[in-house]
Parts: sequence; C-alpha cells; structure tokens
Amino acid sequence: MSERVIISGGRVVDPANKRDELADVIIENGRIADVLAHVSTKTKRNGNGASNGATVIDAQGCIVAPGFVDLHTHLRQPGREDKETIETALRAAVRGGFTTVCAMPNTEPAIDSRGVVEMVRQEAQRVGLADAQVIGAVTIGRQGKELTPFAELFEAGCIGLSDDGSPVGDSLLMRRALEYARMFDRPIIQHAEDSQLAAGGVMHEGAVSTRLGLRGMPGAAETVMVARDIALAELTGGWLHVAHISCAETVDLIRDAKRRGIRVTCEATPHHLALTDAAVGDFDTLAKVNPPLRADRDRRALAQGLADGTIDAIATDHAPHTDWEKEAEFDQAPFGISGLETALAVCITELIESKALTWLQLIERLSTAPAKIARLAAGSLAKGAAADITVINPSLRWRVQAAQFASKGRNTPFDQKDLIGRAVAVLRNGRVVYGL
Amino acid sequence: MTTTVQDVAVSPWMRKDLLGLWELSPDEIRLILQTAGSFREVSERSIKKVPALRGKTVVNLFFEPSTRTRTSFELAAKRLSADIINIAAQTSSLSKGETILDTVRNLEAFNVDIIVIRHQSAGVPHAIARKSAASVINAGDGSHEHPTQALLDMFTIQEKKGRIEGLNVSIIGDISHSRVARSNVWGLTKLGAKVTLCGPPTLMPKYLDEWNTRVTFDIEEAIEGADVLMLLRIQHERQESTLVPSLREYRLRYGLNAERLARGKPDVLVMHPGPINRGVELDSSVADGPNSVILEQVTNGLAVRMAVLYLVAGQGRPPAIEEK
Amino acid sequence: MSDAPQRDKTRILDAEAIRRALVRIAHEILERNKGVHGMAIVGIRTRGAVLAKRLAAEMQAIDRHSVQVGVLDITLYRDDLSRIAPNPVVHATDIPFDITDLRVILVDDVLFTGRTIRAALNALNDLGRPKMIQLAVLADRGHRELPIRADYVGKNLPTQRQESVDVRLSEIDGIDEVLIEPAQLPERSGGRP
Repeated sequence: MSERVIISGGRVVDPANKRDELADVIIENGRIADVLAHVSTKTKRNGNGASNGATVIDAQGCIVAPGFVDLHTHLRQPGREDKETIETALRAAVRGGFTTVCAMPNTEPAIDSRGVVEMVRQEAQRVGLADAQVIGAVTIGRQGKELTPFAELFEAGCIGLSDDGSPVGDSLLMRRALEYARMFDRPIIQHAEDSQLAAGGVMHEGAVSTRLGLRGMPGAAETVMVARDIALAELTGGWLHVAHISCAETVDLIRDAKRRGIRVTCEATPHHLALTDAAVGDFDTLAKVNPPLRADRDRRALAQGLADGTIDAIATDHAPHTDWEKEAEFDQAPFGISGLETALAVCITELIESKALTWLQLIERLSTAPAKIARLAAGSLAKGAAADITVINPSLRWRVQAAQFASKGRNTPFDQKDLIGRAVAVLRNGRVVYGL
Repeated sequence: MTTTVQDVAVSPWMRKDLLGLWELSPDEIRLILQTAGSFREVSERSIKKVPALRGKTVVNLFFEPSTRTRTSFELAAKRLSADIINIAAQTSSLSKGETILDTVRNLEAFNVDIIVIRHQSAGVPHAIARKSAASVINAGDGSHEHPTQALLDMFTIQEKKGRIEGLNVSIIGDISHSRVARSNVWGLTKLGAKVTLCGPPTLMPKYLDEWNTRVTFDIEEAIEGADVLMLLRIQHERQESTLVPSLREYRLRYGLNAERLARGKPDVLVMHPGPINRGVELDSSVADGPNSVILEQVTNGLAVRMAVLYLVAGQGRPPAIEEK
Repeated sequence: MSDAPQRDKTRILDAEAIRRALVRIAHEILERNKGVHGMAIVGIRTRGAVLAKRLAAEMQAIDRHSVQVGVLDITLYRDDLSRIAPNPVVHATDIPFDITDLRVILVDDVLFTGRTIRAALNALNDLGRPKMIQLAVLADRGHRELPIRADYVGKNLPTQRQESVDVRLSEIDGIDEVLIEPAQLPERSGGRP
C-alpha cells in the first residue's frame, strides 16, 4: 500500500500560507509533499491507488484544512477514568477534526511533575489517533501555594502551565509564575476567576439566575482577575494566556492590552459563542459550565473579538462527566460540557452561517493560531509539514446524538440539536484516523 | 360561605405537577384559589374528610426541616382520605454515590401517586417531575419557588380584601434568597396587584426588569399606601454575615414596629409566612395585633394544599364523561 | 341566551310544563310530610340547586312557612374520580345548618344511572345524620345502574341510553326547557379508522 495520498478537489483553506482555493494536497510518507491548484477531477478519480500508485481522497465540495489544535482539553486520566480515558478522548478528538489536543493538568494526581507528564504522553502515543500535548500545573497539586518545577515540566514537553479549574489567586505567586516562565517563552494559562466574588455561584449572575433563585457568578469575577493579570504581564514582560473568556468586558481589556503591546493571548469556547444563560432553562445541568454561559451581549462581543483577532483561538474546554453526576441537583452537579465532537459544527452554525467569520478566519482560530500559541509545528499545510489534515463537509446537516459520542462524556446542551458542518475525514501523519 | 371567592367558569387543571407560579396562567391561579374556597368548608364540618383521594399515596419528601408546611400537607392529604408517608431525607451527597433520583426511583417502586418535596437546592422538584410518573408538588426549593405559600397568601388577601387586582402589596425582607418572595411576585402580578419590594441593597437582587415591581430601600416608602405588608423571615440559614451587619441593624432599618405600622393604612394586612423572628422583622405587638392575619394564613394553607393535591391527583388518565 | 331547539333536539318540556311539574311536586312533598316542619331542601349543583330554590319558594307560597335550603356539591364523592382526568372543578357545598334529624329532600334535575344520588347520599352522611332522605327529580330517564329510586318525579322520560337529556333553566341558561338529543357520533380525528 503506497504512502502517497492525494486529497483532491477540495477547497484548501490554509491561513498559515495564505491559501484559500481549490487545490489538491499531495502527501508522501506522512508529510505534505505539495499543494497544487486543482485542475480537473477527471484524471484523479480512481479511489484505490491507480494514479501513480496513490490513494485518492475525493474532497469535492469539502474544505481541506490543517488539523485542529485544541488548547484546552480535559483528558481525566489519570484518576477519573470513569469520566473519560485518554483513548476515548482522542477518539472523540479526531471525530471532531482535532489532530492535536492539549491536556489540562487537573487530573488525580495533578500533572505537577515529570512522571505524570510522561505517563500521559506515553499513553497518548500508545493510542495514536491524535497527538496529546500536556499543560503542566503552575502550583504543586494546583493548591495555589508553591510553584511547580517549571524547568522539569517544560523539559518533559509541557507547552504551557495552568492550574485550570482554579485560578492562580495569589497575586504575588502569579507575578512570579509569569516572570519565571519568561525564560522558557511559554505562557501561564490563567483560569480567570476571583474565587471570593464567584463563591457558591452556579451560573451567570443576571436576570435568569435572579429569577431562578440560583447563586450567580458575576462577570466581574472574571474581569477583575483579567485586569490584574494584564497588569502583571505588563510588569513582568511575561506571557499571559487567558483561558475560556466569557465576558464582553474581558474582550475589551484584552483588546486594549494588545494595543499597548502587552504579551497576552486568549481563547473562547464554542459553547460561549453559541449559548447564553437562557440555556439553563428549567435547571438543565447540561448548561452548567465554568465560566458560565452569559448574556447575549457577551456572546456577541466574543464573536466580534474572534473576527477582529482580539481572541486568538477557539478551544473546546472539553470537560466530560458521568451521567449520574450531571443528574444531581443543579447546585451539586459538576461544571462542564463535553465539547470535542460538536466544536466544529457549533462554530460553523454560529459563525460561518451568519458570516461573522470567513473560513480563513475560522481555520486560523481552530488550527493555526493555537498551534502557534503551543509553539507546535502544526496548523499549517506547508511543504514538509506533517500531514495532519481535516476534511470538512461544510453544509452537512446532522443531529447531535450524545449517546453515540466516542467520548464517555454525554454532557452537552447540544444533544438533539441540529447543526451544520462536520469533519468527514481526518488524517494524522498522512494516515486516516477518522472517517472514510 | 365566603362571598369573596368568585365562582368563575374556569377550565379544568391539566398539569401533572405544581412546580411554581412562574409558568401558571392567571386563570390557573384563579382555579386553585376557587378550589381552595370549596375545600375550606370541609375543614369546618364535624367529619373533616372527603373521599376524593381515597386510595392514593402521597409522600412528603422533606430534605429541609419544616414542621409547619409538612404538617399542613399531611393533614390536607388525610382530609382527602389519601395515605401519606413522611420522609425526612438526608441531604443527597454525591460522595455517597446516591443521587436524588435514586431516592425517587425507590419511591416509584412503591407506586406513589404524589410527591411533595422540599429541598435546599433549586430545581430539584423539576428534575424529579421530568423523570417521575408521580405528580410533584414543590413545597419549597432553595431560593426558587414556594407556590403553595404564595397561593395561601393570595387566598388570604382575597378573603380579606375581596380582590387582588389593583392592591398595593409590599414585600419586605431578604428578597434575594426568598422563594416566598419570588412565588408571590409572580402570582400577585399575574392577578394584577402592584408589588413593591423593600430591603437592604445587599439582600435585593439586581436584574429585576422582568419582575414588574417597584423597588425601595426605605421601609417608610414601602408602608405608605400599602394594602398588604408581607414580611419575610431574615434567613439565618441561607446567608452569611457579610450581607447584613447584624440583626439589630436590620431591625433598626426594616423592622415593622407599632409606630411604623401606624403610619400606614389603618386596614393594612400584616402577613408573614412563618416562623416569625419576634423583635426582628416584626414586633410582638404587630404580630399579635388586629392587622395581623398570620394565623389565618395557616388555616388557609390547609385548604389551599387540599386544593392542590386534589387538582394534581386528577392527571394521567382518560378524560371524563359527564353522567348522572 | 339559548337559541330555539336545534334541528336534532326534541323539546319534551317547555317552561309551563316545568312550572306545573314543580308545583305538583311541591304539593306532594307537603302532603306526604305533613308540612315543612323539620324539613330541609338540598339541591345538587348546579341545576338541582336552582330547582331546590324554586321548590322551596313554591312550598312557601302554598304552606306560608319558609323552609331551609342548602346546596350540595358532590364532586368529591364521585365514584369515577380515580378513573378520569383532569379532576373536575369542585365548587363549594353550602349547607348552613345541621342536617341531623331533619327530613332532607334531595333535589336534582335528571335521574339517570343513580350514581350522582349515591354520591350525594355519601356526602350528606358526612355532614350529619338526617332522619330521612327523600329524592325529588324533574325528569327520570331510566337506565339505573344502582338500586336508587325517586320519591317525586316531574316527568318520566323513557330514553335510549346513548341519547342525552338537556335541562335548561332560566337562571343559568336563560330559558326553561327540557330537551332530548339523539346519540352523538364519536368524534373522529383525521385518518384513524
């Protein structure tokens, strides 16, 4: 079986190389050999390795993009394999078009030492499918008290550090973390939440929480910390990456910080782009997430931020939970949405269909920019790059069936919803890992 | 017979559950009030029992302690000839691995007809109602709703004042955490009352646009021109010390004492869902005085709960054919 | 308010016939019970209550003594409550006197299966212990399912089971008349056999 693959007749959208045109992608030995403007389909159509001994994938009507990179995934292994394992998560990832995921360290034990980093990477390698990078913890055990051994973690391959799930609350500690991480040119990824302001909150503080009598988390809990961290980034010259932003005011703060030349990047999730606090409805725990789904003005500000580049990346914050945990009373149910398998479709339905983003912009946010933030040689279809490719049917209408997810986590507010667009084939290192 | 409860031609009750007043139409609320009027008479007979719910099983599933409401539901069920079980449940703890729904599934195995539930977490009655074939009555869920309390409050007002529409009702206290306040706001505004909310800013929610109420931090303003004063218990259980510096502070600014009451309308009603903090939200002289209808609220609570049990019990079966 | 009898309905009693029937029943009650002493009239909601009031007025006109009138709602005593949904609207029972030791004349508009009267007897039983209960109805249409009979009958109406008897009284319907309507065909929803 030849190692030569041709993805033929698709619309190649490759922001890294400023390409958006009908083209054929030629893959040899797991790498991109060439990308040629598409001439005709006649000579290529043969399916089983006729033309020059190559396998041809007919991508007519499809978008061909570099494989997506998720900066924010919770693999749950080690410790909570009932919610998800590395294997089920990676299967979910490729179904969603992701060829690389970055694992958050809030596992049990936390990823705060070389040993756990290696364990995760080895298991991911054994599974194959998508690539799993690791984000190490900022503090030991994510307790927020002592810094982890940064050098050891980065040497083991961490692409950034975060205490995600919790903020780094102590301002002095955050300052030190930003300063220290400077020499590795890696970001501190902050889950921006003032713990006291948000304490006890279970959804966005607004008209819906007031009516339902549920304790709210005000937007100020996020913006207060973002403002603090921007000041610290300015002070230290360090690299701040704000995880899963949710407020209009946060977008404004970051836009202003970037304008002033401060090194800050950030990400937003598909569910924050698509939904508001109204999704909680009759106490639906599937809409319980942290940061919470907020008001319509926040949602619109996030879309605007993605369009003008204030928000660099779209990240899923994939957070699988067991069915029975999510069945608990709203107060007690865990926060989180299982997002890998719906991310692309939600983005297409919300952003492409409404023309808020162009395809070039969307692929930039899903692939190119996150690859840059993780400093990976991914997110590009340049000659010589690893052939991590996602083929998308941009107009396929389908109904989300969470019961059929590859992820163990069925917890999504998009279950039974009709969405547009889906990955139909995913290649990693030139091998098909999903679809076809 | 009460002359004030109108015998309105209303359509019958169609809901499996009573989870709150937010989703009810004004007609549905009127139906409950009218039905409650009919049940009041049962409690005045020598044989205080009718066979309407004979053979039905009602479960009082109370996760929060309550003598008053629980007793009221128990007596209401018994006067309707139903069988009733009281369960004082432990708080569901995820670490124990058993969820609320496990508890309910166990109850379903006994084929219970009606579950009356009180829980400290908002939304629990809704979760149960979705999954259970039994009818669910919300006896108070967190800070969300307490529909039977609001219904008995409205019944009492209607009794005393002959109507609800156009009345000025002031609700005074910890509005933020009060399910009684929420249910009353929905019910009273749907029936056309003008509602004023009064309390300290730390206990007053923001985002009140859709509530259709007036807000004031000044108790004098709330008392002036009010036909009804509804006082809420200052909740020890549900808030921390940062919200109100002290009970003494609260009483100074928001306590209903005789002097303040005298500056209101002479026939103003003083109401309280109980239990009362004497000397905090209201003085003893006010609680026991001529304007107070607190005890009548309790009596009416029984009739209202009988009405609610009767109405939800009639669901899930084929429709009636009139016969003589 | 109500229109002339509809095409399919047959008017069996008109206003004058109803009036005469009530007068006759009033006389019969007085004769059999030797006056109104120790008596009460209880009408079954809704039209039975109207008839009860009319009967009491008639009896007062004849006997020149007034008689106590009460209204009974039997909804809570129906034997089909656990079989039907939704539960029917329940109105109040209003009997502002003790019925113990009284002769109660129970009044209803139509006597049919007898189940309503059975429920009324149970309800009265919970309210006290009457000395005697007699039953007066405007129309008896047969088809009894329980061993119940009326003491005073305005008119015997032989009917088929599926027919319906419609009593209209001016206090409620704007006109006094009793109609018989032929059997209604069951409603068909589109497509079902």
